[in-house]
Amino acid sequence: MAELLSLEEAVARLVHDGDTVALEGFTHLIPVAAGQEIIRQRKRDLTLVRMTPDIVYDQLIGAGCARKLIFSWGGNPGVGSLHRFRDAVQHDWPVPLEIEEHSHAGMANRYVAGASGLPFAVLRGYTGTDLPAQTDTIKPITCPFTGEQLTAVPALNPDVTIVHAQRADRAGNVQMWGITGVQKEAVLAAKRSIVTVEELVDELHPRPGAVVLPSWAVTAVAEVPGGAKPSYAAGYYERDNAAYQAWDAVGRDREEFTKWLNDLTGVTA
Amino acid sequence: MSTDYTADEMMSVAAARALAGGKSCFVGIGLPSKAANLARRTHAPDLNLIYESGCLGAKPSRLPLSIGDGELADTADAVVSVPEVFNYWLQPGRIDVGFLGAAQLDKFGNINTTVIGSDYHDPKVRLPGAGGAPEIAASCGEVFVVLRQNPRAFVEKVDFVTSFGHGTGKGDRERLGLPGRGPTLVVTDLGLLRPDPETAELTLTELHPGVELDRVVAATGWKLKVAEDLKTTPAPTEQELQVLRDLEKASA
Repeated sequence: MAELLSLEEAVARLVHDGDTVALEGFTHLIPVAAGQEIIRQRKRDLTLVRMTPDIVYDQLIGAGCARKLIFSWGGNPGVGSLHRFRDAVQHDWPVPLEIEEHSHAGMANRYVAGASGLPFAVLRGYTGTDLPAQTDTIKPITCPFTGEQLTAVPALNPDVTIVHAQRADRAGNVQMWGITGVQKEAVLAAKRSIVTVEELVDELHPRPGAVVLPSWAVTAVAEVPGGAKPSYAAGYYERDNAAYQAWDAVGRDREEFTKWLNDLTGVTA
Repeated sequence: MSTDYTADEMMSVAAARALAGGKSCFVGIGLPSKAANLARRTHAPDLNLIYESGCLGAKPSRLPLSIGDGELADTADAVVSVPEVFNYWLQPGRIDVGFLGAAQLDKFGNINTTVIGSDYHDPKVRLPGAGGAPEIAASCGEVFVVLRQNPRAFVEKVDFVTSFGHGTGKGDRERLGLPGRGPTLVVTDLGLLRPDPETAELTLTELHPGVELDRVVAATGWKLKVAEDLKTTPAPTEQELQVLRDLEKASA
């Protein structure tokens, strides 16, 4: 059964230095507040996983929380580049960042294998590209039935997956809807999970097309209204596009970023 | 005919015209999404837009800010998970056209969105990466690429093959067993390029009105082949420009 915890307590208890941590949300329902709590608690040496690392990952990387990034597309969606990510890859600032790079199809299938309890997934992908030469977790495999040459990718089983959802009830059953990306697979693939929600309700009313994660499939639920801001939470708020654009200037400059980081963590310069 | 339009508007209109109604189109955010939504509002109202966030048959009333925009989900025929969109819809070849952007494109239509520079581990510029593009380029029936033409983007050989076009020439896709036909059209702010039927090398087949051939040659980082029957793209119509501008205004 999922425990109802504060975000601070959930991160303190479930995210450890050196862990492999996935914060998922396919541009919608991004667990921004949880990512920033990881920064506040100064977690270190994390292997961060996410299909679409965006500004909260830029912040985590710039804050020096990550040793490695496993991903398939890293950018500030609709705006441009992630400058902290670039600075870490191109100049090792603030610490070197190892990368393990995939395509979306590869990452999605890695979570599917993880959620399915299988060691790897098979897809018809990556053929002809330069990605397999740079990424050890992309290997050719021959179909035992047809002889077709396919691609195998290993399961992703994060130590902890964190996602944001619209609602949970007081028993810890979680409901999310709209664009739900790869969140169900990422939670089921993980050893532990934290779900932040817009609100706790007495009763979950069914919604067409919604994903429900039963309480027994989740480790902790934390009520964090606005926990996906500045991204979207369908039914609650739209994306704050000005915040995404404003991040470009902050992320571009080490000094500006350091000021932002000090504000977040309460460090006086 | 209006002559009062920008090169970017010509590019969006030319890209939109390439999309035919009744087809399904896998759309990336940015120029591809703009062109596809323009097509749906003009000559191709039944164009089926598919976004990799899992939105099938999206009919947005404005351009989405990002792939996760609720407008895509709210107007879609179906919203499915990301594993499903790649495994069930893209991989088996159910999607007619993949519409992609690029940071670098080479003369055989190979696409780079990964790194600029020859050393992957010490790049000059780190780009966003692959996203859905490698499998879109492999599995869609055909691929349209849209990008602005300049010598930094149009290179003899891409620094990194993120998404496979025609490799080193005709026959490479067949040898690798790639199901789709690959890039069949490149739309730029200067003209249109198509692979030569014999060699698969991208060849200039249309110039946008008012663009000098010399300018396109200078904007291309390889010795550009030009079709013998080089045509001029029809200028945007008043209606196309009006719809495009209304779409941009609604999205601002």
